[in-house]
Amino acid sequence: MYKIVKKRPLAEQIFLMDIEAPRVAKSAQPGQFVILRVRDKGERIPLTICDYDREKGTVTIVTQCIGVSTHLICEHNEGDYILDFAGPLGQASELIHATDEELANKKILFVGGGVGAAPVYPQVKYLSNRGFKPDVIIGAKSKNYVILEEEMRAVSNNYYITTDDGSYGFKGMVTDKLKELVEKENKKYDLVVTIGPMIMMKFVSLLTKEYGIPTVASLNTLMVDGTGMCGACRVSIGGQTKFTCVDGPEFDAHLVDFDEAMRRQNMYRTIEGQKREELEKNHKCKIGR
Amino acid sequence: MAKIPRVPVREQAAQERIKNFEEVSYGYNAEEAVLEAHRCIQCKNPRCVQACPVQIKIPEFISAVKNKDFAQAADIIAEDSSLPAICGRVCPQESQCEGSCVLGVKGEPVNIGKLERFVADWGRKENYYNPTKVPTNGFKVAVIGSGPAGLACATDLAKLGYQVKIFEALHLPGGVLEYGIPEFRLPKEEVVRYEINNVIKLGVEIETNVIVGRTITIDDLLDKEGYHAIFLGSGAGLPKFMNIPGENLNGVVSANEFLTRSNLMKAFDSEYDTPIYVGKRVAVVGGGNVAMDAARVARRLGAEVYLVYRRSEKELPARVEEVHHAKEEGIIFKLLNNPVEILGNEKGWVTGMRCVEMGLGEPDESGRRRPIPIKGSEFDIDCDVVIMSLGTSPNPLIASTTPNLNTEKWGGIIIDENTSQTSREGVFAGGDNVTGAATVILAMGAGRKAAEQIDVFIKNKFGKK
Repeated sequence: MYKIVKKRPLAEQIFLMDIEAPRVAKSAQPGQFVILRVRDKGERIPLTICDYDREKGTVTIVTQCIGVSTHLICEHNEGDYILDFAGPLGQASELIHATDEELANKKILFVGGGVGAAPVYPQVKYLSNRGFKPDVIIGAKSKNYVILEEEMRAVSNNYYITTDDGSYGFKGMVTDKLKELVEKENKKYDLVVTIGPMIMMKFVSLLTKEYGIPTVASLNTLMVDGTGMCGACRVSIGGQTKFTCVDGPEFDAHLVDFDEAMRRQNMYRTIEGQKREELEKNHKCKIGR
Repeated sequence: MAKIPRVPVREQAAQERIKNFEEVSYGYNAEEAVLEAHRCIQCKNPRCVQACPVQIKIPEFISAVKNKDFAQAADIIAEDSSLPAICGRVCPQESQCEGSCVLGVKGEPVNIGKLERFVADWGRKENYYNPTKVPTNGFKVAVIGSGPAGLACATDLAKLGYQVKIFEALHLPGGVLEYGIPEFRLPKEEVVRYEINNVIKLGVEIETNVIVGRTITIDDLLDKEGYHAIFLGSGAGLPKFMNIPGENLNGVVSANEFLTRSNLMKAFDSEYDTPIYVGKRVAVVGGGNVAMDAARVARRLGAEVYLVYRRSEKELPARVEEVHHAKEEGIIFKLLNNPVEILGNEKGWVTGMRCVEMGLGEPDESGRRRPIPIKGSEFDIDCDVVIMSLGTSPNPLIASTTPNLNTEKWGGIIIDENTSQTSREGVFAGGDNVTGAATVILAMGAGRKAAEQIDVFIKNKFGKK
C-alpha cells in the first residue's frame, strides 16, 4: 500500500498527489512513468512521473478525472492509500545522457498541453538544475486549466502560456505560438520535446518537421502490465513496431505514426463508455433503494 | 485381479462450461483415485520418475493412495514439489510421466496427473499441509519473479534455512499461473493463492510491484541490499508478432494481452474495471497451450472462435487434453493454414484475416515437418478480433541493466548447465528466461536445480555462519 502524503488541486478536475513510494522515488528519472492501481477491482493505470523527492521517498503524479479509473484516483485524499504503485517504467529522457557541453550548445523548447504540462515539469526542472533553463510553451483550454505555472516559471528560461479561448496568455494553439517564436521572433531551437494529447503532438511534429527541428514526443498509449509483456502499447516508429513501455515512452516524433497511435488509443473507448454508464446506472439504483 | 480400465475423469459438460469460467475438470474423488491407483504396477525401475522434471516418487505416492493413506501420499509428493495442485492440473503428463508409463505401451497409462491433483486437493481440503519456517542460516537470497521457477527455487532454499525474498513486477504473485493460465484450468483463489501461501508459510517474503531492471537493479541487490546470491526466474517476455500487414489494426492483440486482461485483471467479470474486446468472431493464431487458452477464453466470452495453425494436428504443441477440450467447446480448428494479412475497414478495425493453405515438407531443425505455403490457395476468414499466440522473446529489462550478464543472440540468459550460474558470479537463472517459452514444470525443475546450486555456491564462498 502506498500512502498519499499530499493532495492539492491544480485546476478544475486536476489534482497533484505526492505518493510515498521510496523505491520508485530512488530510481525515477525524468521521462519515466509509473503504473498504479487504486482498488482491488481496478485497472492498471499508466501515469507519467511529474516529480520525485529521493530523500522524502515520494513521487508526484498529476491526474485529470476523465475516466472511471482516474475518478477513483481523484476521490482519494491525503492520508489514504493506493493499492499498487509500480515503477519507474520506460526509458529515461535522452537528455540525462547529454554532457554539459552538449546541453550548453543546445537550445531546447518544451511544448506541453493540458495535463501534459505535468510530465514536462521534471524534465525542465532537471535541465534547470544542471544550469540550462529551456523555453517552455504550455497550452490549456482556458485560464482555469493552466497548471504548475509558478513551478514552471521558476525553472524555465522563457515561459509561454497559450489558451484556446484567450482567457490567459497567448490566444491560440501551442503550434500558433511555436510558429510565432520561430517565424516572427526568429528563435532558433535545436530540439523540441512535446508531451500532451496525441493530436497536439501530431501537429507540433508536423510543424517542426517543416522547420527541420529534431523533435521528441512522449507517447501515452494503452498499456496493461507496462513491462513489455502484453504489447497493447505497440506503435509504428518509422514503419517498425515498437513497444512504448520498454522502447519508449519517448520517440523521434517525426517517425511516429500518430494517426495509428490515436486510433489504437480508442480501442476500448466504447467498452469504457458502457462501463461508465453501467456504473452510473448502478449508482442511481442504490440511492433509489 | 481383472484388468481395470483407466478411470474416467468427471468434467463439466461442454455446453455448460462455455458459459462460465469454473473449472472444467472435477478431478477424482477418493474412490476413483484409489481405483485408479490400483492400476499402477509398481515398476522396479519406474520410467515415470525419470520423465518427471522434478522427479516425484510417483509409484510410492500412488502406492500410498492405493492404501488410502492420503497423508502419506501428500508427504511423498511434498518432498519434491511445492505446487502439486498446480502441476496436477497443467503439466503435459502425456509427454512426461504418463508418456513413459509402461501401461501406455499396450493400453492406457495410469492417470498420474489426476492422482497428483487428487492428493494435493485432499491435502488442501483437509488442511493437511502446515509448512513452518526452519531456523535461518543467516544467508540472504533474492529471487526475481514469482512464477513457477521462482516459487520452486524459493521453496527449496527456504527449507534449507535461507532468508528468501521474491521480487515480483506485477501486483499479484504467481507469474504465468496468475496472468497466463485461465481460471477454468487453474483456479486462482482456491489453488494458486493457496499454494503460494504455503511458500510464504516457509518464511519466504514476496514484494510485489518491483520491476528488477527498473525499480532496482541486480547490482543494487548484491551491493546495497546484501543478498548473497540471486536467482533470475523472470519468465517469458515480449509477445511475438508475425510482421504481416494489418497487425496494428484495432482488434489485433497478443495472447498475452488478451489473457492478462482476462486472468490477472479479471476483465471477464463485469465488476472489474479493465476492459476486454472480444467481438463476434475471433481468430487465434498459434497451436500451443497459450493459443488454446486464448481461444477458450474468447469462446466463454461469447465469440465464435477459429484456431489457425500452420502445421497439422499431430504437430500441435498444446497438451492433448487442452486440444480435446477446445474441440468439445466448439473451437473451429483451421489446421495447415497460415495468415498472410489482416484485413481492416476504413476506420482501422479488423474485418478479416487472409490465410494461405500449407503443405508439409521435410522435417526442420525442430524435427517437425516444415510447413510450405501452397501457391494460389489464399482465402479470407471473417473475424473482428485476431489474437496472436506465437510465443515470446525474452524481456530485455534485466539483461540490459546488468553489466556482463551474457545472453544468447535471441535474448535468452546463458547459464552453465551444471551450476545454473550465469556469467555473473552469484547470479543464477532458470526457466523461460533461459530456455524460451516452455512449461510450468520445466521451470519448476530449473528453479529446484538452481536452489541446490545456490546452496553449494554460498557454502563454498561464505562458509557456514
